[in-house]
Amino acid sequence: MSAEAHTSTEYIKHHLQNLTYGQLPAGYQRGDGEVLQGSTWTLAHTAREAKDMGFMAINVDTMGFSILLGALFLYLFHKVAKLASKSAVSGAPSGLVNFVEWVVEFIDSSVKGSFTARNPMVAPLALTIFIWIFLMNLMDLLPIDWLPRLSGALGLPFLKVVPSTDPNATFGMSLTVFALVIYYSIKMKGVGGFVGELTLQPFGKWGMPANLLLEGVNLIAKPVSLALRLFGNMYAGEMIFILIAIMFSGGTVLALTGGVLQWAWAVFHILIITLQAFIFMTLTIVYLDMAHQEHH
Amino acid sequence: MNINMTLIGQSITFAIFVWFCMKFVWPPIVGALEARKKLIADGLAAADRGKHELELAAKRASETMHDAKLKASEIIAQADKRASQIVEESKGAAKVEGERMITAAKAEIEQESHRAREALRGDVAALVIAGAAKVLRREVDAKAHADLLEAIKNEL
Repeated sequence: MSAEAHTSTEYIKHHLQNLTYGQLPAGYQRGDGEVLQGSTWTLAHTAREAKDMGFMAINVDTMGFSILLGALFLYLFHKVAKLASKSAVSGAPSGLVNFVEWVVEFIDSSVKGSFTARNPMVAPLALTIFIWIFLMNLMDLLPIDWLPRLSGALGLPFLKVVPSTDPNATFGMSLTVFALVIYYSIKMKGVGGFVGELTLQPFGKWGMPANLLLEGVNLIAKPVSLALRLFGNMYAGEMIFILIAIMFSGGTVLALTGGVLQWAWAVFHILIITLQAFIFMTLTIVYLDMAHQEHH
Repeated sequence: MNINMTLIGQSITFAIFVWFCMKFVWPPIVGALEARKKLIADGLAAADRGKHELELAAKRASETMHDAKLKASEIIAQADKRASQIVEESKGAAKVEGERMITAAKAEIEQESHRAREALRGDVAALVIAGAAKVLRREVDAKAHADLLEAIKNEL
């Protein structure tokens, strides 16, 4: 990037803004000074516009990439599922089948290790979480300017490539998991059991407000920590890539250093993206296990 | 970084993905894994059985071999015995035959010498008669003196 076109701050801000589609109200003054006559559905051209669109807006890039990656995951695994059921009788499995079976066995043993109740949904849920998050995180390893530049050439104002650096994506998943936790808590223990769990421990029925406070925080902390841990890690990683990318415009020495740093950070990041996917999956299993367990 | 409808969109997407995975991805793969596990276990069991059978067969084979060896040495011993027996028998037979032949030869020689002696005796008698005739200068009537000649022949 040339220094005239972007200051570092603008560059960073640009990279951290999602491509948002939403409605701007009538009389709204857009970033380029144009005043809207009527309320308009449009892509936000500035961060302020995206913010002013409020809740009724959608991050097109987050949705697009995550659906694309999820579909890729399901397509591959579904194909392998068909191949695997054939190769189970006909002989040795081939490369992709081997890989997928290895992943599935890994997930299966993880689930068997930490989930003690019986629920046919947990293992597929864990598999989906692990692979989907891994793929979303993997987008972080693409050189940071490639896709935004490409989309910029196509006329899109912003593009954030890594869906898991969007809190909407991480909270979307963690809240779904949270809903499942509450659903299974009530299903396994009944409403009374669930409420009792929230209010009657650890201090017995005379310490009800304290119990509710403690257990409530405990409960709410689950989805929040799930989502924020993933978001925070990926956001920070993305930020470091952005900062390293800024070095590329700082002369030969800095650019070379940046190249080395980017490589080193990318290698390290391979570990982080896998670890984050694994942590999200494991905690989901553990939370669901707790939801299935009867407490005294 | 604004929280917006994406949150709900992501939740729905996630739910659909999980549903799809649970319906169409997980069960067939796990089923295939189980099937393969069973196949391999069966294969290993069959291999074990085969190994066991092989061991048994080897044992049986060595037993049979041992038996065969025993039988063979028995047969050889018997054959040896029989052979020496045959040799002994033929030795005996040969001896008897030899003796018989010797006896026959001796008898023949006896006969032959007897015959020769007889012939000699006849010749001598004739010679004697001829001599006597020369001496007596007259013909001896062989017919008239047959008994005389016979008596002389017998004396010779």
